[in-house]
Amino acid sequence: MSEVSTHDLPQSNQTTRGRLFKLQDLAFHQITMVFAMIVLVALAGILISLGHQAAPAFKEFGWGFIWGDVWSIPDEKYGARIAIYGTLITSFIALLLAVPISFGIALFLTETCPTWLRRPLGTAIELLAGVPSIVFGIWGLFIFAPLFSNHVQPIIQDTLGKLPLVGGLFAGPPIGIGILTAGVVLALMVIPFIASVMRDVFETVPPVLKESAYGVGCTTWEVVWNIVLPYTRVGVIGGIMLGLGRALGETMAVTFVIGNSSRLPASLFSPGTSIASTLANEFGEAEPGLHISSLFALGFLLFIITFFVLGVSRWLIYRGTKKQGK
Amino acid sequence: MIQSKRFMFKLMGMSTVAAMGFAAAVSAQATDITGAGSTFAYPSYTKWAEAFKAVGGVNVNYQGIGSGGGMKQIKAKTVDFAGTDAPMSEAELDANHLVQFPSEMGGATIVVNLPGIKANALKLDGPTAADIFRGAITKWNDPRIVALNKGMKLPDLAITVCYRSDASGTTFMFSNYLAKQSEAFKKEVGTGTAVNWPANGVGGKGNPGVAASVQKIAGAIGYADFPDARANNLTFVMLKNKAGHFVAPTQKAMAAAATYADFKTKTMAPDLLDMPGKDSWPIVSATYVLSYEQADAAKQKAVKDFFTWSLNHGQKLAEDLGYVALPSSVVKLVEARMKEMK
Repeated sequence: MSEVSTHDLPQSNQTTRGRLFKLQDLAFHQITMVFAMIVLVALAGILISLGHQAAPAFKEFGWGFIWGDVWSIPDEKYGARIAIYGTLITSFIALLLAVPISFGIALFLTETCPTWLRRPLGTAIELLAGVPSIVFGIWGLFIFAPLFSNHVQPIIQDTLGKLPLVGGLFAGPPIGIGILTAGVVLALMVIPFIASVMRDVFETVPPVLKESAYGVGCTTWEVVWNIVLPYTRVGVIGGIMLGLGRALGETMAVTFVIGNSSRLPASLFSPGTSIASTLANEFGEAEPGLHISSLFALGFLLFIITFFVLGVSRWLIYRGTKKQGK
Repeated sequence: MIQSKRFMFKLMGMSTVAAMGFAAAVSAQATDITGAGSTFAYPSYTKWAEAFKAVGGVNVNYQGIGSGGGMKQIKAKTVDFAGTDAPMSEAELDANHLVQFPSEMGGATIVVNLPGIKANALKLDGPTAADIFRGAITKWNDPRIVALNKGMKLPDLAITVCYRSDASGTTFMFSNYLAKQSEAFKKEVGTGTAVNWPANGVGGKGNPGVAASVQKIAGAIGYADFPDARANNLTFVMLKNKAGHFVAPTQKAMAAAATYADFKTKTMAPDLLDMPGKDSWPIVSATYVLSYEQADAAKQKAVKDFFTWSLNHGQKLAEDLGYVALPSSVVKLVEARMKEMK
């Protein structure tokens, strides 16, 4: 339509139109840039306000805040080690369980799944990703934890618990609530994220590569391990990091099942606490002063940890793409 | 405090507020009063407000924002009254020209999950309970528990202590009671709305969280306020009171404790923990109302009318919710104190 109208227009009019378009482009560029800047400003704002509020705690405890293993509200002594430990261990357990399972799911969906099952299964995974975390928490506390304590933990204690080196990890009463439970519930929560990213990147592998591999007699496993995985390594790492990011910051579900104990956990069966769950528990009624400031400091540390994880994943992806270029 | 219920009440509250707004638009004569604070008192205050609207024609809008928040609001003079579980000191009342009086009481209970043991069967005394809750007694067949429960078969089971992970008035009341029983508890665990519970424990968020932990973990012991423990059918423990009698947690036993306390002080906030008397339940505390010595006359009258009605006619409603009514002698004192509100 515009083509027709420009043809009919006299020369001068055309330049005004051109100028108008240019102006529109410029305005559009500016407006979208402002939108993008909001992200940067918000991020900087959060970091600055966190740091500002956390300053009294860092001033009081210094580096000891990070390593301190006492979190005592009555004594006004705060250290982040137990919460950091809980955050990292639960996320690690979650990845340990979720990565192989997600890999299996993605592999099945892209390589061996019958076509009619592909859509319903894929949709189910995406639906699982949309379940609110509080639902995972309630389910974990009321349904999963009792099952886990009655049927799974005793078996683990009778088998893995008897082994010389790792046995200590599974000591203590099997109460169903604790670090391991939190890790398992987190794994369920991050599986849909990792699995759907993996499936999407597995689908980007050019069929010709796979077909030629099958052509020279490779098994499905050999094709996946030697063709699909190297080709999609970058995307796979990205997916795992997405899951890790979610696990590190997960709040409600963890609060319900981790046991909320501010003591250094003795084993994976012990209750513990994570940074996010400590914030969820204590922020509402925290006393102004050192307590509030220490909670902000915890938030600051979580920010740093997440930033670090994202940084590492970027670096891995960067390294991966560089290698691929060669 | 009463979180699952609170949510329901909140929903109800919201619709009431909406209805109130509508009513106010229709007839502007009614005086509206606003209160904020204690979440523990929230269910009863809203229940009272609903009933009082029909009788007194006053709209009472109460928001459960927490005791600390209530104190801040009344100091800032943004509400007509505030609710608080922790009483204000005399000096602070004087400095802010405020009047304080109790409106009702509540009790904390000890609950257990022990296979084969029924409600009010297990007996504990204060020092033993303190040692359990500081992690010094870790097995159910510990000689000290056995000595208090002669003839009962106690299992060789690890004790799991269940506590509130969020800051709570119930924790405040309970930790103060145990600290009175044991110096070691006071030193190791401390007192406050959130304290250092032992390593053999798990924290649950809100009363529903604690109730769930106690119900799901065999060998668990925990504490919860009476309404929630009753609503969740948890197994109560009998406690030895100051007079040396074992009492079961009932509203009657909690009310009995209050008759031994002296409310004739400026703060009207005597310590209700571990009261004498053979029927007294030892873990009781009151919730308080804060209002102004001097403010808008119509509003002050409405606040006085509301609490006068509630203390005389609303206590039955509160008891149905699991609260404990003030003894009639205390009600008279409160009525006298409210005369100071001008």
